[in-house]
Amino acid sequence: MSEHKLILADLDGDRSWRLADYAQRRGYEALKKIVAEKIAPDDIIATLKTANLRGRGGAGFPTGLKWSFMPKAYTGPKYVVCNSDEGEPGTFKDRDILRYNPHAVIEGMIIAGYTMGCVAGYNYIHGEIFEVYERFEAALDEARAAGLLGRNILGSDFSFELFAHHGYGAYVCGEETGLLESLEGKKGQPRFKPPFPASFGLYGKPTTINNTETFASVPFILRMGGETFLNLGKPNNGGTKIFSVSGHVNRPGNYEVQLGTPFAELLEMAGGMRGGRRLKAVIPGGSSAPVLSGELMMELTMDYDAIAKAGSMLGSGAVIVMDETTCMVKALERLSYFYFEESCGQCTPCREGTGWLYRMMRRLEHGEGRAEDLDLLDNVAENIMGRTICALGDAAAMPVRGFLKHYRDEFAYHIEHKRCLVPVELQREGSRIYVRQD
Amino acid sequence: MLSPQSLLLIDREVAKYPADQKQSAVMAALRIAQAEKRWLAPETIEFVAKYLGMPTMAAYEVASFYNMYDLQPVGAHKITVCTNLPCALSGGSEAAEYLKTKLGIDFNETTPDGRFTLKEGECMGACGDAPVLLHNNHKMCCRMTREEIDGLIEELSK
Repeated sequence: MSEHKLILADLDGDRSWRLADYAQRRGYEALKKIVAEKIAPDDIIATLKTANLRGRGGAGFPTGLKWSFMPKAYTGPKYVVCNSDEGEPGTFKDRDILRYNPHAVIEGMIIAGYTMGCVAGYNYIHGEIFEVYERFEAALDEARAAGLLGRNILGSDFSFELFAHHGYGAYVCGEETGLLESLEGKKGQPRFKPPFPASFGLYGKPTTINNTETFASVPFILRMGGETFLNLGKPNNGGTKIFSVSGHVNRPGNYEVQLGTPFAELLEMAGGMRGGRRLKAVIPGGSSAPVLSGELMMELTMDYDAIAKAGSMLGSGAVIVMDETTCMVKALERLSYFYFEESCGQCTPCREGTGWLYRMMRRLEHGEGRAEDLDLLDNVAENIMGRTICALGDAAAMPVRGFLKHYRDEFAYHIEHKRCLVPVELQREGSRIYVRQD
Repeated sequence: MLSPQSLLLIDREVAKYPADQKQSAVMAALRIAQAEKRWLAPETIEFVAKYLGMPTMAAYEVASFYNMYDLQPVGAHKITVCTNLPCALSGGSEAAEYLKTKLGIDFNETTPDGRFTLKEGECMGACGDAPVLLHNNHKMCCRMTREEIDGLIEELSK
């Protein structure tokens, strides 16, 4: 099996982002048809439901269902927001969509605005990719000049504005209500839910937030039909999905494949294991997803249900591949530091717990672990889970539980021998600077 | 306090939001102010807050919450290196160590000539292009081998 590209099809570095190029790829056909034929919003939602498009940002929530939650009778302003605050370690797909195919996102957001009766939309773009933000702004200018945005779009009575908002470095803003706070010009501290954004979102108005890849999928679905999209994947897991493959492979990068593609084939597309080394472990859905052993992964298909059944999650589709040179204690120490650094500090279990986890991981990695630490790690992780306003707490706890479940022996070895099972020279060899050669 | 060019840029950001929601532009305004002043001094934050008609403390909360704002002086070239796990597996940490040795400074330090500041960064969303560096927040440098790093530092030293 090879890649099956929709969103990433026929893209190049310089021209594919331009409106004229997108139009040649049948871009804005779906929007034009909707506006010309005044297609009923309920029909659009029905198509998304048939397609079984699930949120590509991490939670996998059905998009059609989410759109149906927006109050129809509400007469004030409603908003649509795109979450391009891509900061989950291992994830780098939205950056490529935005820099090579921004008009697919714009078209998807305009269609969302039409379907849910929104007056305006905002695309919240990750802070570290300023150049991509600038390109997205340029794409918006093109869309405005072509009458695809603004008042009376394509001569219809539908009006919709769309703007880009640039983040400035806070992982927690990838959480949708933290993102809304940030859009309002505040610290990005997540809100307690309920109320959900569909009733109380941006500026307190009904708002729907979807991931970049989700919006980009919408025009393709409407052009090919819900059934066709669904059949590209497998039941309950419709369509194609972009996987960001990083770590110890020969060709790290983004690969768009049909949901349900075996992991072994995805690994092959990414050039296989670097230096022919043995696959040790895989984090299948971004750093928050529990790690799985290499042997188990080689048996799995890449879709929401198969990965969930194996005890992890597909998340954002970020596949972090680790070979036999990887020290699992050190890997978890680095991830624990990340969550400690990025906790917004609002909820005590997360604020204190992430620091506690990191300090324990640090001493384990440095040969100062104590016999009781493994149980304590489990205990702290368990007591963060489900006790915080947003999912960052869970995101910090799940890797700890996953690593301990599959690699407990390696952690115990660190405590007992005050050093790693994997020789330090081998670790160094495995984490040398490596860039793909094409 | 800020140049007319910066104010023009800020006004363009303000126009993106509803008229009664000028505060939404504070992140962009602080970014623009920092690009002009290199770092955000208390009086710069106060100026931005007044310009947007919001309490100074609210603007300070934003400036201190997001990692990319600098509330202390930094060198002419701030280099941020991602050392998170996916990058580290492809040499992110080695690149960081190489930079430390080459510049003779640790993370959060500035070279004595005030030219370079080194920072450790969190995920920049470009893991497939590791090692990744960010130059002055806005320019991403990808697939940074030792040779590429040498070239970058040489160019910035001119």
